[in-house]
Amino acid sequence: MTDLLISMGLSPAASKITMLLAQGTADTLYMVLLATFISIILGVPLGVILLVTSKGYFWYSPRFYAVLGACVNALRSVPFIILMVAIIPFTKMLVGTSIGTTAAIVPLTVSTVPFLGRLVETSLKTVPYGLIEAAESMGTPPWKIISRVLLPEAMPELVQNFTLTLIVIIGASAMAGTIGGGGLGDIAIRYGYMRFQAGIMLATVVILIIMVQIAQLIGDTIARRVDHR
Amino acid sequence: MIRLHNIHKTYVLDSGRQVQALKGIDLEIRDGEIFGVIGLSGAGKSTLIRIINMLERPTEGSVEVNGTELTSLNDAQLRAERRRIGMIFQQFNLLSSQTVSGNVAFPLLLERHADKSKVRERVLELLKLVGLEDKADVYPSELSGGQKQRVGIARALATDPKILLCDEATSALDPKTTASILRLLTSLRKKLGLTIVIITHQMEVIKECCDRVAVLDGGLISELGSTLEIFSTPKQDLTKRLVSAAVRRDVQDLLEHLKVHEKPEEGDALALELLFLGEKANDPVIVEVAERSRARISILGGAINHIQGQPLGNLVVELAGAPEVIENALKMLQEKVFRVTVLGYAAKGGQNHD
Ligand SMILES: Nc1ncnc2c1ncn2[C@@H]1O[C@H](COP(=O)(O)OP(=O)(O)OP(=O)(O)O)[C@@H](O)[C@H]1O
Ligand SMILES: [Mg+2]
Repeated sequence: MTDLLISMGLSPAASKITMLLAQGTADTLYMVLLATFISIILGVPLGVILLVTSKGYFWYSPRFYAVLGACVNALRSVPFIILMVAIIPFTKMLVGTSIGTTAAIVPLTVSTVPFLGRLVETSLKTVPYGLIEAAESMGTPPWKIISRVLLPEAMPELVQNFTLTLIVIIGASAMAGTIGGGGLGDIAIRYGYMRFQAGIMLATVVILIIMVQIAQLIGDTIARRVDHR
Repeated sequence: MIRLHNIHKTYVLDSGRQVQALKGIDLEIRDGEIFGVIGLSGAGKSTLIRIINMLERPTEGSVEVNGTELTSLNDAQLRAERRRIGMIFQQFNLLSSQTVSGNVAFPLLLERHADKSKVRERVLELLKLVGLEDKADVYPSELSGGQKQRVGIARALATDPKILLCDEATSALDPKTTASILRLLTSLRKKLGLTIVIITHQMEVIKECCDRVAVLDGGLISELGSTLEIFSTPKQDLTKRLVSAAVRRDVQDLLEHLKVHEKPEEGDALALELLFLGEKANDPVIVEVAERSRARISILGGAINHIQGQPLGNLVVELAGAPEVIENALKMLQEKVFRVTVLGYAAKGGQNHD
């Protein structure tokens, strides 16, 4: 690859940096997309459980809701950088190592699931209660109320939630990079901070900004498309 | 048949305070009738109708629908039973994420092995029934209120229930749309043999389409009867207020200004209020009585209201002539007219307005 860039007229040094940034971007994308995906897989059910056990919903359970809610809040109040270090044993247990992009996915996910869970709970609450009652009046079982009423009706908000989660994870992944997580954050620290290569630092920042912009754009577009209200 | 027996419903608020929404309701709604429940805000109407399909469990009492006691069912049995009771709502409660046909298909797709093409067919049949066959693929946000309620009706009838519950189904609609929805309900009752329960705070709705009506006041039924009875002979003050707000004011105004006294004086005329019901409202009773009794009958005013399309006429008249003649005419009127109310004697020469 580097040779190809050189043959295209780039200086050897520039080619190397380009390759470095490309690799960093790929690593970051891998971390971010996988962490977002897993966060959605876990965060949506968490949000649903929070909602349906809260007051006024069909599996209302004040104790359960209080305990789960407290756990969620506790996890949310731990700063990411501390969480990342604190759960190293857990990360090792899960992926065998605490260093590298795959390992970084674990703390990224752990920190965003409770965050997304709350967002999902709040979004589902915006579904008018009358819709749930109408479904009940038609003999809809609770889990179908969730899958056919609550989730589809809240889809525009949910898509916004997912977008926000993705963006938060992009930010956090850069942080994860600084302590051995790999990706653009890692490059920014190693070249920009330790070797004073401001150009590289700037390049990583620009790439991150572009990523966030694209994420927001795609998210907004999808949210608009699924909104029929 | 819907049978409510001794229904009590008490809500316990977070503060621990209790609200007695229903305080012992006994009610039988017959098959095939359109039954109205009217009452002021907070009377317990919504609570009552929601108890019929157990969206709200009564604190006490029994709910029998289609011969099944609903209070003793478990959740799964109750869900099965609810598929035989349709319900429509003031806010329509359509899924914004689904098209019109998606909404109507919703209850059908709950069945385990729903056949997609059969569902589609049934949906189109239902949309035709409510006059929306051309709107199958639009989203509810593109519909008017009346159209949304038609979708609600189609959805409620998808599983072919014999009972339809309407909670303030026309309260969000303008009078013209209200009338068209009520006409639709009336025609569906005939076509499908539905029993319809209508909750409303608008006496107009009752007047338009209900066979019988219960007046709910403070969690109790204060009056119950055929719509014609309720409109012609309201007994409770609340009922009178509700009725007078929904009928033509002409006669009421006239009565308020009519000056009468109880003891007849020489040459006084006798003022009467006559109430005609149904077909009789069109009979030439007055002319007949005037001819046969030779009393001079002058008509001071009148109004005809239509209850479910049937005329209910009020007429205020004065009888003049010799005392025997007046008495004779009064007797004849009492025989022919649904109700005769003697208002009093008025000085000769007709009414004295203020
Ligand atoms: N879920 C609830 N929790 C507590 N109180 C309630 C609840 N639902 C109804 N109530 C109370 O019960 C009483 C009857 O309410 P209901 O909604 O049945 O009245 P309504 O006749 O339908 O009134 P409206 O015409 O305003 O809809 C009211 O005092 C109301 O505040
Ligand atoms: Mg109500």
